[in-house]
Amino acid sequence: MFAYLVKRLISGALVLTLVSMAIFLLFWYGPSSPAQTICDRETSNRCGNRIEIYERTLGFDNPVHEEYLKWAKGVFVGRDIQIASTTYECDAPCLGVSYLTKQPVSEELVERLPATVSVAIGGAFLYLLFGIPIGVAAARRRGSVADKALVSSFLFLSSIPYYLFALLTWLYLTVLWEAPFVSDTGYFPITENPAKWFGGMFLAWVALGIFGCTQYTRYSRGSMVEALSEDYIRTARAKGLPERTVVYKHGLRAALVPVVTIFGIDFGTLLAGTIFTERIFDINGIGFWSLQAVQAKDLPVVAATALFSAVLLIISNLIVDVIYSVLDPRVRLS
Amino acid sequence: MTTTPSETHVGQRERPQSDGPILVVEDLSVTFPTQDGPVTAVKGLSYSVEMGKTLGIVGESGSGKSVSSLAVLGLHDAKASKITGSIRVAGTEVVGLSEARMRKLRGNSVSMIFQDALAALHPFYKIGNQLSEAYLVHHPSASKRDARRKAIEMLDRVGIPQPDRRVDDFPHQFSGGMRQRAMIAMGLINDPSLLIADEPTTALDVTVQAQILDLLQDLQREFNSAVVIITHDLGVIAETADDVLVMYAGRAVEYGTVKQILTKPEMPYTWGLLSSIPDVAASTDARLIPIPGNPPSLLSPPSGCSFHPRCAHVDKVPGGLCATELPALTAASGANHLKRCHLPNPELIYRTEILPEIAPDLVEEIR
Repeated sequence: MFAYLVKRLISGALVLTLVSMAIFLLFWYGPSSPAQTICDRETSNRCGNRIEIYERTLGFDNPVHEEYLKWAKGVFVGRDIQIASTTYECDAPCLGVSYLTKQPVSEELVERLPATVSVAIGGAFLYLLFGIPIGVAAARRRGSVADKALVSSFLFLSSIPYYLFALLTWLYLTVLWEAPFVSDTGYFPITENPAKWFGGMFLAWVALGIFGCTQYTRYSRGSMVEALSEDYIRTARAKGLPERTVVYKHGLRAALVPVVTIFGIDFGTLLAGTIFTERIFDINGIGFWSLQAVQAKDLPVVAATALFSAVLLIISNLIVDVIYSVLDPRVRLS
Repeated sequence: MTTTPSETHVGQRERPQSDGPILVVEDLSVTFPTQDGPVTAVKGLSYSVEMGKTLGIVGESGSGKSVSSLAVLGLHDAKASKITGSIRVAGTEVVGLSEARMRKLRGNSVSMIFQDALAALHPFYKIGNQLSEAYLVHHPSASKRDARRKAIEMLDRVGIPQPDRRVDDFPHQFSGGMRQRAMIAMGLINDPSLLIADEPTTALDVTVQAQILDLLQDLQREFNSAVVIITHDLGVIAETADDVLVMYAGRAVEYGTVKQILTKPEMPYTWGLLSSIPDVAASTDARLIPIPGNPPSLLSPPSGCSFHPRCAHVDKVPGGLCATELPALTAASGANHLKRCHLPNPELIYRTEILPEIAPDLVEEIR
């Protein structure tokens, strides 16, 4: 088990190195010129010859591998970053300095993390809270009118593009109906005012939760239908166990394993930032931030958020594998 | 763990001491509505099993052997099946019994062991826990410790080495034969009066198969329970059964003692089953003769005798009766020997046509 974890962590580090290289290369050879953008902004569009200063200080006249090594070193020990005439201090783990705010990117990331974590936990909680019980109930009534109605209505719901769904939720509840308490969407620190935090997050959770739970209903229904048709369920019935024990202890226990796997990956993705949700409900999290960065050509931020999602995916995959081996005794990690 | 069977089991549950059969099935029909129309998997089946006896039910896939036994335990989904007729277990009518009362019966006075123990045991729970669960559900006052002790005792009984250690293994850590032993231990943990074994040796190799069958017989003697063994293997029947019921397309087509069925079968389908057994001891002249064709679709069963499209002896029945009229289950030559066939002189045909083909040396002996 320990050896397995070490092996996975090493391979994870390798993947991250490759991902960071890829991101850096895209950054470097990308079609936009960060120097031009930043120069235009800082000189009120009278950049002219001063572009050279920006290019030199940003390192664009150096070979790409030297700059990558500089960047990589910064991740571990920090470095100073010079843009035009100003030098910015960037402590480890340094992912660069935002061209827009001139703040170290890693600090900003940490600042925005609570908002994204709030969205992710609330949304994921609703996925499971509604998705699994509804899926199980549908599986137990497989083929009935209620099951068919549920499956088709959820299929309809999940065919709506998510951004439209979230936008309509926001439009109806906050603008048209002015629902009390929840209309003031956005992230408010839970430590300052838990009620305001809850109210600000509520619609984001509902939009994310309802939309996601349609998928989880489908997963858990399918998984449960399969589990309930297994031989061991017939054995459990033949033992004289009550139906509740048969369905939950024997059926659900087996049906949950694949659902947990999907959930782990999904949760990692949610933590990497929910762009539509955060944008529509005005939550200043990592998703919103990465969107702003793309619009502003703030490349260090784009690179950092991309790398951050890679880290989360690697970690959530690892956690899922470990949980899988706990849930299914037949799986041995090696 | 060292208690003798009599100490452990006497007085646990009132056991029918009467001479009446433990299981009586009368005119049982099981119908499943499907999208293509109703499928009657079992039609007008009747049989009974006495305490301490073994009934073998034999037939091809889809002949209704498993369906009829699952009905004994009420394991068919009430919404997706229609069961008529009567099934009495120790005098209790099971057809139409409430789910709650049915549950008290299942795994308690009637238990079932299934083929392919790997699939039939839950992959995520330890063997011991699965056995304890079966014990606890019918002994609500017993402690978990008691149940565990009972589970270890049962594993020991069915010949699992180091049962106190293996009790904490998962099913995948057992070998195929051991899994089936554990399955049997689970079936017998509540000392059932009736044990239904649905192809208990199908997934096992021949040596292990023989061990399991021996074990079943030993345990049956020890527990004095009635056993219904479902199989498509006449070898298994020869080794274990007292009486044999041959099923075809949902109906009983022949019934008799194991000796009657194996030495004087009177129904061409039984002949077919016997002809298709490979026999290592037979002379090399003996032929292995498969039954031509496939089991009929139960959606549109053949007219008359269900077996007539595959039967080689249809011409011997005058007036094409086989295709038009379903033969009744009537007395054959032996006592309590029943057959469902129009053939006027089946003994003669068997002796002169079938036996020389499958076992020429036996013909000599009879002469």
